[in-house]
Amino acid sequence: METLIIMLIGILVAVATYLILSRNIIRIILGTAVFSHAVHLLILTMGGLKQGNVPLLKEADAPYADALPQALILTAIVISFAVTAFILVLAYRTYQDVGTEDLDELRGPKNE
Amino acid sequence: MNNLIVLPLIIPIMVGIILVFLRPYVKLQRAISLITMIGITGVSVFVLNRVQTDGIIRLDFAGWQPPFGILFVADSFAMLLVLTASIVTAICLIYAFSSIGDKHEKMYFYPFVLFLVAGVNGSFLTGDLFNLFVCFEVMLLASYVLITLGGTKPQLRESIKYVVINVLASWFFLVALAYLYGTVGTLNMAHISERVAEEGQGPLLTTISILFLIVFSLKAGLLLFFWLPGSYSVPPTAVAALFGALLTKVGIYALFRTFTLIFYHDPLISQTLIGIMAGITLIVGCIGAIAFKDVRLIVSYNVVIAVGFILIGLAVGTETSIAGSIYYIIHDMIAKAMLFLLAGTMIYLTGKSKIDEMSGLIRNYPLFGWMFFLVTCSLAGIPPLSGFVGKILVGQGAIESGSYILLGLAFISSIVVLYSLLRIFLNTIFGETIISLEDEKPMKMGMIIPIVLFGIATISLGLGAEFISGYVADAAHTLSNPSVYIDAVMGGDK
Repeated sequence: METLIIMLIGILVAVATYLILSRNIIRIILGTAVFSHAVHLLILTMGGLKQGNVPLLKEADAPYADALPQALILTAIVISFAVTAFILVLAYRTYQDVGTEDLDELRGPKNE
Repeated sequence: MNNLIVLPLIIPIMVGIILVFLRPYVKLQRAISLITMIGITGVSVFVLNRVQTDGIIRLDFAGWQPPFGILFVADSFAMLLVLTASIVTAICLIYAFSSIGDKHEKMYFYPFVLFLVAGVNGSFLTGDLFNLFVCFEVMLLASYVLITLGGTKPQLRESIKYVVINVLASWFFLVALAYLYGTVGTLNMAHISERVAEEGQGPLLTTISILFLIVFSLKAGLLLFFWLPGSYSVPPTAVAALFGALLTKVGIYALFRTFTLIFYHDPLISQTLIGIMAGITLIVGCIGAIAFKDVRLIVSYNVVIAVGFILIGLAVGTETSIAGSIYYIIHDMIAKAMLFLLAGTMIYLTGKSKIDEMSGLIRNYPLFGWMFFLVTCSLAGIPPLSGFVGKILVGQGAIESGSYILLGLAFISSIVVLYSLLRIFLNTIFGETIISLEDEKPMKMGMIIPIVLFGIATISLGLGAEFISGYVADAAHTLSNPSVYIDAVMGGDK
C-alpha cells in the first residue's frame, strides 16, 4: 500500500514540477496546488497506512493508528487552501493591472 | 507565570482582530497598535530577565507534557530576538503613522502588521517543528498582504514572484517535516535532537538536514536570495523596513536553531556547506550592492550581505562566533530598519530613486544627512556603534577555529558595505545642492523622529554592549550546548 501511494506521490510531484516550470502564472499556481496535495499524501504515508485501530482508548484494541499525521495534514490543508485562494486573487489583480499572465513579461523594465 | 511567554504571540493576534472592527477609526488604531507593541516590549524584557534567573522557561499547552504536546520555549536567544523585533516594529509603526497614508490605514494595515509580529514572535518562541511551520505561514500570509497592499504595478509584479517562491518553500518545508517525522517519529525539537543523537546522523538524516537547509535558506536569503532585492524594494517604506529587519532574521533564527540543536553531528553540512553558501552570498551580495544605482536596490543587497555575515558565525561554530552572530542579528535588525527608513525618506523628499539624480541633501536636511552617516558607520562596524561588537566576536571566533577564508570574506564585505553606503552618501547627501530652499519638501517630524530613535538605539547598543553581554553570552551558551535546551524541555515539570 505504501509503495503504491509513494508512486502516486511521485506522479503528482512530476506533474507539479512540469506545471511550475511553465511561464503561465495560472499553471504555476495549479502546480503549487498539486504539489501541496502530494505533500499531504506524503505526510499521511510517513505515519504508516492501515496499521492498527482507531486511536480511542477503551473503544478499540491496541495497536492504534498514529493520529498525529492526520492532525498535521488538517492544518496543512487549511493553510494551503488559504494560500491558494490568496495567490489566485493576486494573480487576477496582477492580470487586470499589468495586463499579462506570462512571467517573461512580468520581469519589469530592463534597466531598473 | 510561565503563561507569560505566550503573550508575544497572543496579544498581537487578539489586538489585530479587534482592530479589524475599528476600521474607520484610524487614530484609535494607531494608538492601540503602538501601545500593544510597547506592551510586548515590556513583557519580553521581563521574560528575558526571568530566563536569566530561572533558566529556560517552557509552556506546555493544555498541560501535555513534552514530547507529546506543542510547547513554547523561551531561552535567551529567542527572547532577545522577540525583544528587538518588538522595539523595531514599534518604531516602524511611528514612521508609518506619517508616511503610509490614509488608504493603507483604512485597508487593515495595522492588523496585518500585528499578525506579522505574531508570526515572527511565534517562530522565535516555538519548541515544535510543525508549529514553526504554522508560525511561518502566519507571518508569510501577513507579509503577502502587506507587500501587495496598495496594488501599484511594480508591487503586483514583484509580489507575485515573492508569493510563489515562498509558497513553494513552504511545501518543501512540509516535505522535510514529513521525512523527519517518518524517520525519528517526533516533532518536538528537543526530542528530535535526542533521537538524532541516539541513532547517529546517517545518510537519511543528512539528506533531510539539507532539505531543511534549502528551505530556511530560501526564507533567510542565504544563497537563494534572488527573490529578495526585487520584492524588498517595492512596498511602502515602513513595510520594507519591517521586512528588511524581521523576515530574513526569522529564517536565520531557524537555521541557527536546527543546525545547533538538531543536525550538529555532521560538520560537513552544518559548517562546510553553510560556510560555502555564506561566502558566496557575501560575494554576490557585495557585487549587487556596488552594481546598482537605485537606492532601494543597494539597500536590499545590503540585507543579503548581512545574512551572509551572520551565517559565517554559524559556519565557524565556536561559542564566541555564535555570540558575535547574535550581537550582529540584534544590531542588524535595528540598523537595517533605520537604513530602509532613510532610503525611503530620501525617495519621499526628492521624488527620485537613482543616486545620480539627487545631490546635496545635507544643506536642506542636516539632521537627516548625519543620521545617514551614522548608519553607514554602524553597518561598517566602526566603534563605538553597534556593528563593532558583533564583527569583532565573529572575527575572533573565525581566528580561533582557523577559518581564514571566511574571516577574509567577512571583513572585505564590511569594506564593501562601507563603500556602497558612502557612495549613496557622497552622491546624494554631499555635493552640490540642487533643491532650492523654496522647492524643498518640509521634513515631517513623524519621519525624522523614528530615524533618530533608531540612531539612538544603535549608539546605545554599541556603548551598552557590556550591559547586554550577559544575555548574549547565555544565549550563545545555550546554542553551543544543546543539552541545556534539551534538559530544560525534556526534564519534567518545574
